[in-house]
Amino acid sequence: MSNDWHLQKSHTFSPEVMAEIQRAANTGVYSIRGFGAKRQLPNFDDLVFLGASMSRYPLEGYRESCGTDVVLGARNASEPIHLDIPVTIAGMSFGSLSANAKEALGRGASAVGTSTTTGDGGMTDEERSHSTKLVYQYLPSRYGMNPDDLRRADAIEVVVGQGAKPGGGGMLMGQKIDARVASMRTLPEGVDQRSACRHPDWTGPDDLEIKIIELREITGWRKPIYVKIGAARPYYDTALAVKAGADVVVVDGMQGGTAATQDVFIEHVGIPTLAAVPEAVRALKELGMHRTVQLIVAGGIRSGADVAKALALGADAVSIGTAALVAIGDNDPALDEEYRALGSAAGYWDQYQAGNDPAGITTQDPVLASRLDPELAGRRLANYLKVLTLEAQTLARACGKSHVHNLEPQDLAALTVEAAAMAGVPLAGTTWIPGKDETDRESD
Amino acid sequence: MTGLDLSTESLRDVNAALQAAESGEFVITHPQGAHALACGLNDSIEVKIEGPVGYYCAGMNQLATVLVDGNAGTGLAENIMSGSVTITGNAGQSAAATGHGGLVVIQGNASARCGISMKGVDIVVGGNVGHMSAFMAQAGNLVVLGDAGDDLGDSIYEARLFVRGSVASLGADCIEKEIRPEHLEFLTTCLTEAGMNADVSDFRRYGSARTLYNFQPDDVDAASASNERSDG
Repeated sequence: MSNDWHLQKSHTFSPEVMAEIQRAANTGVYSIRGFGAKRQLPNFDDLVFLGASMSRYPLEGYRESCGTDVVLGARNASEPIHLDIPVTIAGMSFGSLSANAKEALGRGASAVGTSTTTGDGGMTDEERSHSTKLVYQYLPSRYGMNPDDLRRADAIEVVVGQGAKPGGGGMLMGQKIDARVASMRTLPEGVDQRSACRHPDWTGPDDLEIKIIELREITGWRKPIYVKIGAARPYYDTALAVKAGADVVVVDGMQGGTAATQDVFIEHVGIPTLAAVPEAVRALKELGMHRTVQLIVAGGIRSGADVAKALALGADAVSIGTAALVAIGDNDPALDEEYRALGSAAGYWDQYQAGNDPAGITTQDPVLASRLDPELAGRRLANYLKVLTLEAQTLARACGKSHVHNLEPQDLAALTVEAAAMAGVPLAGTTWIPGKDETDRESD
Repeated sequence: MTGLDLSTESLRDVNAALQAAESGEFVITHPQGAHALACGLNDSIEVKIEGPVGYYCAGMNQLATVLVDGNAGTGLAENIMSGSVTITGNAGQSAAATGHGGLVVIQGNASARCGISMKGVDIVVGGNVGHMSAFMAQAGNLVVLGDAGDDLGDSIYEARLFVRGSVASLGADCIEKEIRPEHLEFLTTCLTEAGMNADVSDFRRYGSARTLYNFQPDDVDAASASNERSDG
């Protein structure tokens, strides 16, 4: 009987690397895919909660009150957003997602008292009517942008960048540009749409400050204005967003998903969410704006533990995209055979750009899209959001907190030196925070 | 005729008054370069601004007719939906950026990025336009009576560009195109509406070569599909 134990695998030229070289040689086009970074990165799993003990007093894990509500945008807006849970749904466009998927996201978010967000393609009546709290993205492309939708939104999110591709514009491949999507974006049907990567009428934070004033004037200073940045230089970008007048800063780490982007961009641009949060919080604290300007953290949030850890590091809320899609049916094992027929498998499907999604989520094909029942999918999302919240509450109570916002960095320890350095919390079992001396820590 | 004086009234009060009006004529005095003036108008009112304005004047205009007697800063009539915006002087960068409809008339020159990402607006510029004008322009018409700067119409989609003078250079995928009778007819109507006088036969037309609309993958190996990465 033969075996291949004598074969020596190259770590430099792994089978995946060779497959990509072969694919590139065959096509002459870079790899475009959806999803987020797939490589192993330092993340919230590298942190643990210390839990109450002799010096901390825990709360009962289920019944004792532990608040989860959050108010976003009270800095300047006369109508700030009140969320029941600190988990929001990130911006995803109609066009990249089917109308049923957008409806499901709206239904699920609304059922548990949180917000959902439009994307690079304008606002549809369906998502407005199914979302009790809807954030309207203001993107470089301005596809479908109009003052009526601006006024019927509950908040406005000026998108400077996203975690999957800081410095890159959106992409929607021709197979998904059907008549309705083309019309909403004023594009020819079937064109490979590449959105602008920079805003057309402002450059830099001084211009943005005036742009935000214009948006406030058009909406009567009622709507909160968020500024979303892809995590690259979060300390400076957060500070500049605050200076420009943002009510809320959204920081999206490199694990954040996308509907379609070059693989090389997804995997090699930006910094991990874990590394971005403390830097954004540092900027807010130095400006005296922590908790006055809210911080929403996104990029690879999967569980209540991730939620609680992001909040403990200083975020006011988190935002989920990929996890929400999985909750409504993306990568469903029941569809494994169909994914395999497309050269993938359940758990690996990332071809959101292709438009042939068996789950009916990342498609404009009416037959495929009709597979997704928006009511059932919405219930699944609502259930998932409830679990995230319950898990975050459980961890907060274990640390003795009566509100999830009372979690703090002192409740955390790191399992790796890298995570300790990035998160600014001690390596577990030590008092060592790489990059900080004892004096720094005492002054924290 | 209602007078609004920005030397005594706040920007918020002036804009709120204009946004609440359903009809009528308004004259704004002492604008002193104010930003975001007369933005978000949404009904058939007439507004005259006596003096220079800052950024985003008449932004997102709907239905209203706005006249600026002076110069304008960045983003004049950005994202205009309908109605018309006219200025007697020069416009800063990104005039009529992303405009979806309506008419923008700049009697002087327009700086860089005039008509960037335009989506249906008609823009008439009496003088010159700066570099990168009509960048990624999707729909609508840009009519320039003077010259155009570098990289005109870079990455353009379906917008039509008409230039009477010289073009310093064309951007990626932008080419000169034949002027047909319907284009001359459009120019005649558009120039009349804009109150401009020019011989339409002097214009040249530019638009998209449409070579960048879709990726053009090679197919060296017809069986390349079987080599797709296993993780899809």
